[in-house]
Amino acid sequence: MVATLFRTPASLFADLDRIQREMERSFGLPTSIRAAGGAAFPAINIGSTADAVEVYAFAPGLDASKLDVTVDNNLLTLVGERKLAAPPKGGSVYAEERFDGSFRRVISLPDDVDPAQVQARYSDGVLRVRIARKAALQPRRIAIN
Amino acid sequence: MSTEVVQRETQHVPTAARQAQPVSPRVDIVEDADGITLFADMPGVPRDALHVQVEGDTLTLRGDIAIALPPGMDPYYAELRSSAWERSFTLSRELDTSAIAATLKDGVLDLRIPKAEHAKPRKVDVQLT
Repeated sequence: MVATLFRTPASLFADLDRIQREMERSFGLPTSIRAAGGAAFPAINIGSTADAVEVYAFAPGLDASKLDVTVDNNLLTLVGERKLAAPPKGGSVYAEERFDGSFRRVISLPDDVDPAQVQARYSDGVLRVRIARKAALQPRRIAIN
Repeated sequence: MSTEVVQRETQHVPTAARQAQPVSPRVDIVEDADGITLFADMPGVPRDALHVQVEGDTLTLRGDIAIALPPGMDPYYAELRSSAWERSFTLSRELDTSAIAATLKDGVLDLRIPKAEHAKPRKVDVQLT
């Protein structure tokens, strides 16, 4: 079921990256030692249903109360900060890949959304924002007499 | 009827397998005097879908992304193009793999691997005679 969310018209580079990973795996080589892409934080997936636009932001380890979600002029803005604990003194750092600092992501929404009906939920490190579409603009079946 | 269902399921396997190609989570790894702490960003993974496995000297982290999606949703745009996280690490023999402690909170895995007793730094008292 989750898979349907990710089956989008893929960009060329994402496809090449996937092909490379599949080849490495089929030859029994380990997958790249590097972490997934240098994408912005948080990574965002967007889906659409007949009555809402669903935005998923993959933002682990956040304090949900400090997360700012606004809808203005059909722009959805996610603003927040992730402050990681500093490594202990005298420790050696072997990898430092996780995002640290403040972020801001802006998403342009379709014209038919209703800014008054926005729900946001944070669970398991994923922020899900549901923006309802305006009822009047939803497709209607017209009865034939 | 039942064979039809079975066939359809087998036909679906290649696509499903491709969608399940895991991506590597980003990690922070810090060593201190007593052991190693590893943090991994694995958003969307509930506790029961997380697997931390040690086989020989290989540590594997795997988590399936479980998000409740509304029925009939069309994907518009995706930066995360997988439904699972997976990454493997080779552990030093100095680490005590039997005493790994893992916690998962808000999609962040916190793994603590202590050093074996013999590998911890020891303070030697020098006695003056």
